[in-house]
This record gives sequence, structure tokens and C-alpha cells, in this order.
Amino acid sequence: MASPEDLSGQSAPLYEARKGVYPKAVNGPFRRFKWAIMAVTLAIYYGTPWIRWDRGPYAPDQAVLVDLANRRFYMFQIEIWPHEFYYVAGLLIMAGIGLFLVTSAVGRAWCGYACPQTVWTDLFQHVDRLIDGDRNAQVRLANGPWTAEKLAKRVIKYGIYLAIAFWTGGAWIMYFADAPTLTADFWTGQAALVAYGTVAVLTATTFILGGFMREQVCVYMCPWPRIQTAMMDEKSLLVTYKDWRGEPRGSVKKAQAHPGGFGDCIDCNQCVAVCPTGIDIREGPQIGCITCALCIDACDGAMAQVGRPRGLIDYCTLDDAATEKAGGTGQPIRKTLLRPRTLIYFGVWTAIGAAMLFSLGQRTRLDLAVQHERSPLFVQLSDGHIRNNYTLKLRNMETRPRRVAVSVSGLPGAVLWTDAGSREKAGQRIELALPADSVTSVKLFVAAPAIGPARQDFTIGTRGLDGDPRGDSDIIQFDRPEAGQ
Amino acid sequence: MADLKQRIDEATGTSTVGHEWDGIEELDTPMPRWWLWTFYATIVWGLAYVVLYPAWPMVDSATKGVLGWSSRGDLASEMAADAKRRAPTVNAIAATTITDLPAKPELMQAAVQGGGAAFRVHCVQCHGAGGAGVKKLYPSLTDDDWLWGGDLATIEYTVTHGIRNPDHKATRTSLMPAFGRDGILDAAQIGDVVSFVRTISRQEKASASSARGAALFADNCAVCHGAGGEGGRQVGAPKLTDAIWLYGGDRDSLTATITQPRNGVMPRWGGRLDPVTIKMLSAYVYSLGGGEKGLAPVAEGAGADGQP
Ligand code: SF4
Ligand code: SF4
Repeated sequence: MASPEDLSGQSAPLYEARKGVYPKAVNGPFRRFKWAIMAVTLAIYYGTPWIRWDRGPYAPDQAVLVDLANRRFYMFQIEIWPHEFYYVAGLLIMAGIGLFLVTSAVGRAWCGYACPQTVWTDLFQHVDRLIDGDRNAQVRLANGPWTAEKLAKRVIKYGIYLAIAFWTGGAWIMYFADAPTLTADFWTGQAALVAYGTVAVLTATTFILGGFMREQVCVYMCPWPRIQTAMMDEKSLLVTYKDWRGEPRGSVKKAQAHPGGFGDCIDCNQCVAVCPTGIDIREGPQIGCITCALCIDACDGAMAQVGRPRGLIDYCTLDDAATEKAGGTGQPIRKTLLRPRTLIYFGVWTAIGAAMLFSLGQRTRLDLAVQHERSPLFVQLSDGHIRNNYTLKLRNMETRPRRVAVSVSGLPGAVLWTDAGSREKAGQRIELALPADSVTSVKLFVAAPAIGPARQDFTIGTRGLDGDPRGDSDIIQFDRPEAGQ
Repeated sequence: MADLKQRIDEATGTSTVGHEWDGIEELDTPMPRWWLWTFYATIVWGLAYVVLYPAWPMVDSATKGVLGWSSRGDLASEMAADAKRRAPTVNAIAATTITDLPAKPELMQAAVQGGGAAFRVHCVQCHGAGGAGVKKLYPSLTDDDWLWGGDLATIEYTVTHGIRNPDHKATRTSLMPAFGRDGILDAAQIGDVVSFVRTISRQEKASASSARGAALFADNCAVCHGAGGEGGRQVGAPKLTDAIWLYGGDRDSLTATITQPRNGVMPRWGGRLDPVTIKMLSAYVYSLGGGEKGLAPVAEGAGADGQP
């Protein structure tokens, strides 16, 4: 096999080290917005499991809890059972359409503000500035020799990284068990092995992805930028350097020497210095740009200093870019946001949300599933009646024990009893006690006269006897021997 | 490959890989270092796996791996662990007499489950899936009619000792005489007995024939089947007044039965299955829907709704 040297006569490295990105601190409206988003998302992430929610003695008191062991999902007053997983599916669909909506309206806003990778990277970069100083100090330290000071700073910084990473991994498991109990168990070594494993894995990934890989995740690992690019159109907002206004660029001094010959960009490099992914937006739209708009803040600051209008770098659609280039003015932002495409997405999104809310309000918490015993399909009884056996699965989804009545209709002469009673006490209605928050399996015997169709549909229904009378019913088949058998 | 001409791309300063298609050239951009490291790590992982675990196919088996792991060994240890996990329940069932089982709903439930598994292995061949029986051959175990009795203790006895099991003393046994074959009754008399039996089971109206049959029945059949045909469980003589006929209740079937009875046989499971399994089997049969209270005190309300 030929080595690269043979072909080109020069040695090309097989791999390339990550080039350090040392974003400079910046201030401005977008930066403040980003701070706000970071504060809100982190507060939600770290804090949610600690919100208490009283559900009575039969259910956990944690407001948001994914109880895998008992297969329940609690979210404030909503309790989801496994067979109601379509609510979760609905939420996922809403999240998907929400992303279409946001992306078609404001481009990669998810990437720039709300993506966990962005949020934690931002947090870690702030730690960098706290320990090492701002951009220049960071570069100096990174390139400088290993002094005692550098060593100390590295140890402290990585220590803080690790603390954040550990806290992040620790917060995750709180969603899956009672948070205060789990915390106590965790520190006394009594938590499940999987808890320690999860914390270890999440600590490691947070430490590595947020502390070291950062923009490499966005550029090399994440499929999302590619997908989002496909969801945007020429009316989506993206961070744009208005080269028709900025070029040719040059420092203030150079520009003064050539009055009228230069654009607005003073080539101060601030937009590059603040970029968390280390790209130069003046080279045009590129996959490394997460549209965090920090370069807008930076450039607006530069423009203010030299007394020129803001917006040399700005959110701008491709359509507006073309218009402005040709000397016109772009559309007002309201028109960009409220166009048919975004309105349709929004309509679908709200429709799904409303449908889910409606069905949440309508769902009964007493669910019945009937299964017909197939072997044998029917049993001949000595008095000539025919008996069919069924298995009832009664789900009492309320967090209190309940009494319910089970009855049949549409099957003349039928009586029913369970394997807890006997036929002597059979009747047209039986009462059952259901424990709180549970599935009860009941063997139900239904006997009816032998005279009748070989296959007959009838209804088994439940009704609450205490409080909420709503129940559930199932239509099921009653089988008899064919005539002559 | 030799004709590929590499060059340095002016815009990026990176060398091209040398091939070109439709004016498009590929840059020889180096991989990120972490990517390559990850790749090497997967190779190391793969090699370690091959050494540690069975991996390399040989002629009749695979390399063993130095850890000595095998899926068969996994299964064995899981089976052992499962047996250990079940031991407390099995021991508790063993220590409980069958008539006391219903009073302990958890044990009863476990017994029914275990018995169901055993039933599907040992009993379905005759009694059918779910104990439905086979017409004219093997009785249904799900109905409310029993030849020898349907309470827990009786079922357990039947399962343990079998029915008409040729070489076992404690087996349930009885013989219905072959009235026709052995010439005890002639064809006309058998027809009269059939008429009578069909009358008491309300399949036919009383007739001269059934009146003659009544007398014959009293002389020949009542000793086992009871004066009114109500059956006799001591000898497994079926009730003749209900709607359930193992060998058929029509004229032809009844005639055949009286002429040459089948005297069905069931093997004994005592000695072939351990007592706990038999106990569980019996509990399962009992649970099929035809179980009788008999001597067994069934805790009222114990079971499905869990509310004593
Ligand atoms: S180019 Fe600007 S918007 Fe894009 S990632 Fe960099 S700073 Fe953010
Ligand atoms: S911040 Fe603005 S003025 Fe400064 S280099 Fe970037 S585009 Fe030019």
C-alpha cells in the first residue's frame, strides 16, 4: 500500500488535534437571553425531582417521577400507565413538530440556546473564564509552560468540571426514584448498582463532552445540524454577516485613509473571538454555526464604538439577504415568523396538544380488558347451561382502593361468578374490591342457557360504586356448541 | 493508483486525495484525533473480547475464551438461581396439606401456576389443553360433574393413584359389566334400559320401553348408578340424569356403552411425579372451574379480589 508520502512527497498527519477554542466574554441582549435560558433549563433539570406532590398514601409524593420498577410515570397530577404510553408518544410528536416550527421560524435556535450540549458547554466555558481569565489569558496559559500556577489552575478547573459533571449525572437518577431517599441511599452505599453506574456514565460523558469535546460534538458527532439544515428554507432566520455592507473590510485607520472605499466591518475580529465554536461567520453560513448570536452582540458593540448602525451581523433570512444586497429592505420580522408554513406547524402542534389534553380529561381511571378463555371455548354444565370463562384485567388507576360492580348485558339468562365465589351465589352482578393503583386479574365464569346462537357478542362492563361511577366496558364473544353437537 | 496526482488545494492548504470526479476533488482532511483514538480503542476492545470470550469458530465448536463463559453455563446458573428463588414457595406448598391451600391465597396461586405448567407437560395429551377433555375418550375437567369427586383431596388422590391402574393396589377401581357382550341383557332389554336412561335425563318422554327399562335398571344398574340414576362416586359411576355424557348420551352411544363399556384408565402419577408437583397439578385442575368444596374449607372471598 502506498503511504501518503509516496503520493504527495510530503507527510500528511493521519489525525488532527482539536484546535482550542477560547471564546471571549461578551455582553448584549442575546448573551443575556442565553443566560436566562441557561438559568431556566438548568434550574428545571436540577430542581424538578425535588418538587413534592401529595398523592395520598398509595402513590409516591414526587411531582415528576419515572417509576420504572412499578411502571408508572408521574407528572404532577397526571399519572401515566404503560398502556397509556401514547401520551408519551404524543409528547414526542409534539416535540418533533415543535422543532419543525422553531427551526422553520428561527433556524437553529435549539442548537444555539436550548441544546444540553450548548448549555453545558457554555457553563464550562464560563468556568474557564472564572479560573483562567478571559480569552487572552486562556490562550497564554494554554500555550505557556507548565508552571505551578498553571498546574494549580488546571487542577481547580478540572475539579470544578468534575463537580458539575457529577452533579449532572446525580440529578438524572433523581427522576427515577424518590429523590431524598435516593440521595441518602446513594451516599450510604445502599442505592442500586444501576444508580451508581448511571451516575458514573453521565459524569464521564458530561465531563468529556462538555469539558473537552465541546464544538466537536456539534460538528462531527451530532446528526441534528444536518437534519435541521433540511428543515430550514429561505425564509428561516439565520445569523448572517451582511457582506454587502461590511466589505471590503479594514481597520478604522485603513478606512480613514481610503474614504468611501471601505465597508462597515472594521476587521476587529470580535465576532470570531466570541464564537463558542470558533468559526468566522464572515465566511458565510456554515455547519459549525449554532446561531447563538453572540457574534451579533460582539459586532453590535463594535459598531457602537465606531458610531455605525448595529446589525452588520444579524438574524436575516436568505430572501432578505438577497433583497438587501440588491438595495431593498427586508421584510418585517413579524411577517417572517407568521407565514403559512409556521402557522400550519403551529396549528398541527396545538391540535395535537388540545387532543391530548381533551383525552386526558376524559380518560376513566377504571379500565377493563377482557380475555376469552380459548381452551376450552365453552364448557357444558350438568344442568344443560353453557359456561364460558374469561379473564378480566381490572385496572384501578386511582390512588385509593375502590369497590366496583361487574355486570353483563346482551346475554339473556346469563349469570356470572368468579373463582372466589361459587355458582350457587352467582348473579347478574358481582362486586369486587380493587386495591389502589393496581391491576387485578379476575377469573370470571359466565353461564347462559344452551339455546342461542353459536357465537354471540355481549358486553361485560364495570361501574364504580364509590365516588366516580364511570367505568369501562368490553364487547366479547360467548360461544356455544353448534346445534346437534 | 499511480496515476492519481495529489496536489495541495490553494483555498485550504490541505492536500487532495488525488481523485477527481466531474470537477469535484476530495480533500485529504485528517481525522480528529479523538476520533482515531476511539477507533483504536474499539480495536483493542475487539481483541480483548476475542481473547476473553468464545469468539472464533472452529470445526465443531468455537474458541473457549479465557473467562470460560458460555451461554449454556449462564442458563445452568440461571436455572439454579431460579430453583433457589422458588424454593421457599415450593417448600411452603410441600408443608401445607392440599385442603389448607385455599386458605393461603398466595400459595394457592403459586400452586395453580406451577400445576398449570405440569399439566401442559403431562396431562394435555388426554385431557386436552385447558382440561377440556376429548369427547367419547377422556373426561372434561372444567365442568361441574365429577366421576370420583371434585374436591381438592379427592382430585389429589385420583392424580396420585390413577384410575383402574392395572398394577397398583390403591388405584381407584370399578368395572361396569359388559351387559351385551357377556349376554347379561339381550338387545331388546338394552334398548329398554337406554330408553329409561334417556327418560331420566329428560331426553325422551316416558314410554312402554322406558317402563320396562326401569325394572331392568333397578335390577342391574341401580347398585352402582343409584336408584334414580344419581350416580355413585365410590365406584366412579356417572350421574345419568344430567346433561354431561362422557361417551355420548344419544341412543347409539348409550347402547354401545351398555353392550361393551370402556372402563377408562388413567395412569397413576404418584412415583412418577414428586408429591409437590402432584399437589400443584391437583390445585390447577381444581381451579379450572369445576372444583367442588367437598371437605376442603375454601376461605370465602379469598382469591381474585383479595378481600377476605
Ligand atoms: S458564528 Fe455567531 S452565531 Fe454562529 S456560533 Fe459563532 S457566535 Fe454563534
Ligand atoms: S465584529 Fe463586526 S466589525 Fe468586527 S470583524 Fe466581526 S463583522 Fe467585522
